[in-house]
Amino acid sequence: MFSVDLLANAVVAGVLLGGFYAIVALGLTIAFGQLDVVNIAHPAFIIVGSFVTFAINQSLGLDPVLCGLLLTPVFFAVGVALYSVYYSSFERRGDESLRGLAFFFGIMFIVEVLLIIVYGVDYRLVETDYIGHSIHLGGIGIPYRLLVPFLVSAVVFGGIYLYLSRTFIGRAILAVSQDRLALQLMGANPVRIKQLAFGIALATTAVAGSLLIMIGPVEPSLGRVYIGRVFAIVVLGGMGSIGGTFVAALLLGVVESLISTFYGPSWAPAVAFGFLLITLALRPAGLFGR
Amino acid sequence: MLFDRIRFSWFWLCCVVLLVGVTLATQVIDNDFLFFAGYLVLTFVVLATAWNILGGFTGYVNFGSAAFFAVGAYSSIVLHKAFELPMPALIVIAGLVAGLVGLGTGYLTLRLQGVFFAIATLALAVVLETFITNWEYVGGAAGTYVIPPSEVYFFGSFIEAMFCLMLLLAVLSVAVSRYINQSKIGRGLAAIRDDELAAECMGVPTLKLKLISTTISGALMGVAGAPYPFYVTYIDPISAFNLTWAVNSIAMPLIGGTTTWFGPVIGALLLGTMQQWAQVTISSELNLLLVGVMLVAFVVLAPHGIVGLVRKLFAKKEG
Repeated sequence: MFSVDLLANAVVAGVLLGGFYAIVALGLTIAFGQLDVVNIAHPAFIIVGSFVTFAINQSLGLDPVLCGLLLTPVFFAVGVALYSVYYSSFERRGDESLRGLAFFFGIMFIVEVLLIIVYGVDYRLVETDYIGHSIHLGGIGIPYRLLVPFLVSAVVFGGIYLYLSRTFIGRAILAVSQDRLALQLMGANPVRIKQLAFGIALATTAVAGSLLIMIGPVEPSLGRVYIGRVFAIVVLGGMGSIGGTFVAALLLGVVESLISTFYGPSWAPAVAFGFLLITLALRPAGLFGR
Repeated sequence: MLFDRIRFSWFWLCCVVLLVGVTLATQVIDNDFLFFAGYLVLTFVVLATAWNILGGFTGYVNFGSAAFFAVGAYSSIVLHKAFELPMPALIVIAGLVAGLVGLGTGYLTLRLQGVFFAIATLALAVVLETFITNWEYVGGAAGTYVIPPSEVYFFGSFIEAMFCLMLLLAVLSVAVSRYINQSKIGRGLAAIRDDELAAECMGVPTLKLKLISTTISGALMGVAGAPYPFYVTYIDPISAFNLTWAVNSIAMPLIGGTTTWFGPVIGALLLGTMQQWAQVTISSELNLLLVGVMLVAFVVLAPHGIVGLVRKLFAKKEG
């Protein structure tokens, strides 16, 4: 049965979900859209973030969002190390299209299997005081477990946007995506800049992971469902546009939420693929493409 | 020319000797586990060879081998349920369906940067799995049973017949891959792999060749999947779309060596046998971890695989 209340609820939930998808895709927008590093293992690192958050939350009782923020330096370091290996093994040899892709695919697989070995295939979730509650505005319920990720994601987005557009290093990151040679001629080292940017990209997965496990239970292979989503968002958002990523994520969130409300949640993963194919076929530059 | 013809016949002679020899051996050997494990290794030979036609020869990465494999498996389920077609018909039609899926995916994404094709194949696996999970006719999420025929001609048991069938399919797909590798198509594909823009400028019909190679590669993966439901007798989306199919079909050619037709065969025989052994002796998770680690180690440390390592060794000895 169709009702305005149901529709309004679905749209609000979709916007909140989309806000969360935005931070899930943010790191890939930087890595894939700006640095041309096709990090397929991106969602796998988000799941790692979720599981580490779970472990800390279980043992110390820390708030998940705090866990995510505390983990960012560690993930940043992993990102810097990963890019160093990627650069010296593939990018410098000009071999990123075949072996570089296979490299990240292998990393994704290793991460997933390691999580299964350590935690098993069960679903895990975190507990805090606010997760079960929601605010009611008229007929619309806004659960905290969606509202908190939306707000955190918006704040992180604002921060990254300001960092990239206002600071020297941020502008250097944008510059390396536009013209690597020009940056080199200006006296900056493109490899160092890309290392830093890839580190930032991976650091966002720690926060995204902590929010993911707040939204719902997580199991090791959940990352695969997110591959279609993150790439659909990045491509639709215009490959590297931070604002475009946010808009594309909201769009995907709303459409997915409508589909799962009116057709059933098992169809939701297919929406992202539809988005991706339609974008690639009709407008490969995305909504906000350069 | 004459030399080519002689080598050509040598290849086919070996194939025939192998097929006849193994078929006769099934009459003597009475160890079903050997055939059970061997069937999977041969499936990996087909998958690795199929992946390499696109990945190794053309340079386009397909992450969705599991999707094409599952398309083959589920096509044969549908045809078996609806019309009770014989096995050869199932295999041919499953190959055609998977080939069409490959052609469609390629047509939509291959005109863009290569990386979009890779991403599309990744997402394709998720979407097809969603589709199959929601399709009640083929069992949905719960899966479905397939009853293998109770009688088989000539062979001592059903699994022996399946093993010989897969051996035939493996030999045929290696022959296809070898033909492509040595023909004009193969040189066109290699030109695309090395420098697509230059190839296009030299008049190589890049899009057409890429679509041919995507279609053949997809079709062979479907062929590998078609008999699988009969082999396991029970199939569900989780096993048909399992990531291990995709990982192995990428890892095996990259470990064996991607630019020749025999590289993936070496990789598949080696890695496949190792996995069958490890699955029994160690746990299956550790076994998968080993495959992942080997894949990463080879792409980082030995980019030309085992074939490349051996060639380097010989070059050093001669030099």
